[in-house]
Amino acid sequence: MIDKRVATTAEAVADVFDGATVMIGGFGEAGSPIELIHALIDQGATDLTVVNNNTGSGEVGLAALIKAGRVSKMICSYPRTANSTVFPELYRSGRTALELVPQGTLAERIRAGGAGIPGFYTATSVGTPLQEGKELRSFDERDYVLERGLTADFAIIKCRAADRYGNLLFNKTARNFSPIMATAAKTTIVQAQEVVEPGEIDPETVVTPGIFVHRIVTVPDPAHESELVAAGVSYP
Amino acid sequence: MSDATTAVGLTRDEMAGRAALDIPDGSYVNLGIGIPERVAKYVPEGRELTYHTENGLLGMGPSPEPGLGEPELINAGKRQVTTVPGAAFFHHADSFVMIRGGHIDLCVLGALQVSEQGDLANWSTGAPDAIPAVGGAMDLVAGVKTIYVITQHTTRTGEPKLVEQCDYPLTGPNVVDRIYTDLAVIDITPGGFQLMELVQGVDYGYVAERTGADLIPIEDDPRRVDT
Repeated sequence: MIDKRVATTAEAVADVFDGATVMIGGFGEAGSPIELIHALIDQGATDLTVVNNNTGSGEVGLAALIKAGRVSKMICSYPRTANSTVFPELYRSGRTALELVPQGTLAERIRAGGAGIPGFYTATSVGTPLQEGKELRSFDERDYVLERGLTADFAIIKCRAADRYGNLLFNKTARNFSPIMATAAKTTIVQAQEVVEPGEIDPETVVTPGIFVHRIVTVPDPAHESELVAAGVSYP
Repeated sequence: MSDATTAVGLTRDEMAGRAALDIPDGSYVNLGIGIPERVAKYVPEGRELTYHTENGLLGMGPSPEPGLGEPELINAGKRQVTTVPGAAFFHHADSFVMIRGGHIDLCVLGALQVSEQGDLANWSTGAPDAIPAVGGAMDLVAGVKTIYVITQHTTRTGEPKLVEQCDYPLTGPNVVDRIYTDLAVIDITPGGFQLMELVQGVDYGYVAERTGADLIPIEDDPRRVDT
C-alpha cells in the first residue's frame, strides 16, 4: 500500500542533512510552508543552500531559518522585501552568500532541473550584469545566455489538499513555485491543510501528481506570515 | 524660462491615465509595481484588458474591500488583490512561459533611466551597499512584445532620466518602445528619442532642455505622413 503520510512536521524533515540544497515554496508569504520551516529550525540542519524567490520577512519562517544561521547561501530573485531585515544584515557581513537569478530564469531552471534538462538558453539578462560569466549563443540573430537546470536534495512546500498518493491541489497564488520545486527535488515534503481519500481529488484537476511527492504531513490551520510578523512573533 | 519648481506637468495619476489611453482593447497586460499599477484605474470604458501578475494569476482584479483580502491571493508586489470572472491560476514556470514566450502583449514599467536606444535601467542603482534584487523585470523586458515606461522626466534633483547612455546597470538593452513622462510622450525610434506629444503648458524647448539626449521634434518625425 502506498501511503506517504507522516505524523508530524518533525518526522517529515528528520533526514535533512547539513549542506543540503533545499527548495522552499512560496512567493512572499503566499505558499510559505511556515510549520515545516519551523520544524527544520528545530531539527538543526545547517550550511543549507536555500532556493526561494525571497528571503522571508520578520523573524518567522524563512527569515527565522536565515536568522538562526542555518543558511550559507540563498538562490533567489528578490531578497529585499518590506520587513525583511534578517537577510540584508547577514549578506552585508558576508555570512550568507547570494546567487541572484531573474525570477523567470529561476522558475525555468527549477522546471528544467525537474525535467532532466541540464541547461537551456534564454534572452533574459542578455546585456546586463547578470549575464556575466555565462555562455552566450546566437539563434536566429538574437543573443541568449546559457542557464543551468537546478535540482535539490529536498523541496519543502505547502498545499491546500492532498491524498495519500501525494496528488496535490493548491490555493490561489500560493501555488507559485511549489509544483515545479516538487519535480526538482530528490525528496519532496508537503504540508497539506487537509488529506482526503483517494479519488476525492478529480484526476482532471490534480495540479501536482503524486509521483513528485514523498511525504505529507497535515497542518490543518497553517499560520500566515504577515499575521505572525504583525504580532511581533520571533521563532523559536 | 520656467525653473524646475514651476508646477507644470502631469501628476502620477495623470501619467498613468495618459498611458492607459494607448492600450488596445483585448490586450494581455502586465503592470509593474508603483505608478504603472495605477494604469488599470484609467482604462477607457468599453475596453477589456486581462491583467497578468508574475506570481501565477491571469485575470487579476483590483484590491479587495477592506477586511476581505486573503494572504494567499496577492500580486507580484505582494499586495492583496482579487480575481475577475474568467481568471486562471498557474505555477511560476507557466507564468514566465507567458512572459518569455511572447504571449503577453504589453508591459508598463517604471524607470531609473532610459537611453535613446531604448535601454532600460530600473532594478539597481549599483550602489555598493545595496542588496541586489531583480525580480521579474529582466524577464518582462526580454519577452513582452511592447514595453511602455512611465517615469518623471527628471530626478528629484533635476537630472535627466532620458539619457544617451544609462549609468545604472541595465535591465535590458533596446527594449523600451514608448515613454510617458510628466512632460511628454516620447517614442524610441532608430533615430533616438522621438517627441510624440507635449503636455499642456510646456513647449519643445522646455522638454528638450530636460532631456539628456537629442529630442526629435514632432514635425521632424520621419515616420510622419502628411495628408
